[in-house]
Amino acid sequence: MAEENTVPKEQLTPFERLEIIRNKNRPTIRDYIPMIFTDFYEMHGDRLFGDDGAVLGGIGRFKNMPVTVIAEVKGRDIYENKSANFAMPHPEGYRKAIRLARQAEKFHRPVICFIDTPGAFCGVEAEKRGQGEAIARSLAEFMTLRTPVISVVLGEGGSGGALALGVCDELAMLENAIYSVISPRGFASILWRDASREKEACNIMKITAADAVHLGVAERIIAEPPGGAHNDPETTAENISEFLANSLNNKIGKDIDVLLNGRYNKFRKIGAFTE
Amino acid sequence: MLEDLFKMVTARWGGDDDDNSPPVPQTALFKCPRCSGSCDNEALERNMWVCPECGYHSRISAADRLAITCDSGSFMEYDKDMAGQNPIDFPDYEDKIRSLQEKTGLTEAVITGECTIHGEKCIIGVMDSHFMMASMGSVVGEKITRAFERAAEKRLPLILFTASGGARMQEGLVSLMQMAKTSGAAARLAQAGGLYITVLTDPTTGGVTASFASLGDIIIAEPKVLVGFAGRRVIEGTIRQRLPEDFQSAEFLQENGFVDMICERRNMRRTLAHLIRLHRPGQRMGGET
Repeated sequence: MAEENTVPKEQLTPFERLEIIRNKNRPTIRDYIPMIFTDFYEMHGDRLFGDDGAVLGGIGRFKNMPVTVIAEVKGRDIYENKSANFAMPHPEGYRKAIRLARQAEKFHRPVICFIDTPGAFCGVEAEKRGQGEAIARSLAEFMTLRTPVISVVLGEGGSGGALALGVCDELAMLENAIYSVISPRGFASILWRDASREKEACNIMKITAADAVHLGVAERIIAEPPGGAHNDPETTAENISEFLANSLNNKIGKDIDVLLNGRYNKFRKIGAFTE
Repeated sequence: MLEDLFKMVTARWGGDDDDNSPPVPQTALFKCPRCSGSCDNEALERNMWVCPECGYHSRISAADRLAITCDSGSFMEYDKDMAGQNPIDFPDYEDKIRSLQEKTGLTEAVITGECTIHGEKCIIGVMDSHFMMASMGSVVGEKITRAFERAAEKRLPLILFTASGGARMQEGLVSLMQMAKTSGAAARLAQAGGLYITVLTDPTTGGVTASFASLGDIIIAEPKVLVGFAGRRVIEGTIRQRLPEDFQSAEFLQENGFVDMICERRNMRRTLAHLIRLHRPGQRMGGET
């Protein structure tokens, strides 16, 4: 693919990008699904405890090919946000993701993940049901899943809650999306005990799509229309589709063990040390 | 070193009002952060750093852990000189690492190697909370990953003593990716049929709980240690309520189904050796144990 798909089109500061992805009109996965997939059927539940509204899963067609879609759900209004818990999954959300991923493997469908979360939910029930175990299991399961996995960060890629859907063969980020070890607010609050220094945190955390490419975490940047995806959701959806089509073409038919070694090594080589 | 331990446990468990309490003598006393009971350091050491009053299993250095776990003289360290860099050019990170190295005598927050425990050969890793709260950056991720890979290659059991404040903020996204890297390596060891035992020690939290610490075939915890994903204060902020004392304790985790057994420090060596023996291949009825 062309080299320009690894550099952003617009020059903006990380904080300006954060403001764009926080725009209340920014398209969510529920906007994109009808624009990207056909015959889409949503599937519910982890078969263990319940159904988490923060993680959407389903089966549909991408350019006629059956695929499994797993996505974190940002709400478009207060009602959607209530049922989606502001895109902060509980353990059952990750366990639903694992269930549907294994099902995709069984029926030889690729898995397409969409990441859009401030992070996994922090609460009493989440701890009781094993938030840590659920995320860990997701990382381990996706690493060994014998079918292609492609992930796209739509907006916020926050912490382990994002990474749980990010163990994949190829990761793309929308041009203004961010991916970070913790939310900039959380970062400021931990390191400086002052959450209001969010803007400063943004500028040193290396959270933009270009940073993620530079650090070997993301492979592609998907262009957004000037000013952000909300200015033209259809064009953004077309750009996402174009990336998915290219990426799937490269992955499908590839020897699965070669693919799995590639997936492992993608993460294996990330780290900076001397010896 | 023990002074740091005081500071850390006091910070974690609240302790007394710092300003009003009399200064702790430099040499002698250990004051338990759980029961406020005290004893002298020698007595504490003889008791394997477990509070004689309430049984709190206090935080110990990786060196002390290895000393009470491995057969004497059997430990051979891996990747001894591996040291961190500054992948996201975080301000002052190198200086912070350097000063911690001088202060603690450690190069990083985990020590890995090979040893025997009651004669049973295994690969062992011990995290040390005195080094940046044993947060997981590149070095921790790489050493842990290599421990998994070596366990698979050498067909040896792997035992990891976990302790961590979570991700290493100063390494940003690179730190986060260590979760995927280590969990992937754990998954590969599992596929190769290797035995992996985790021992959760005080405190095991955040990104380490959400990666390799939760993936053991057998998960052991020391009594009363703190284990959880989110920080207590973060959750209290969300629910606007004080959480009960035992929230995120080893016992809480066991009750909720995430810990196989709680094992006292004085029984740990024997338990680990027994568990390794139970997994030795090719054992038959009527054979020797």
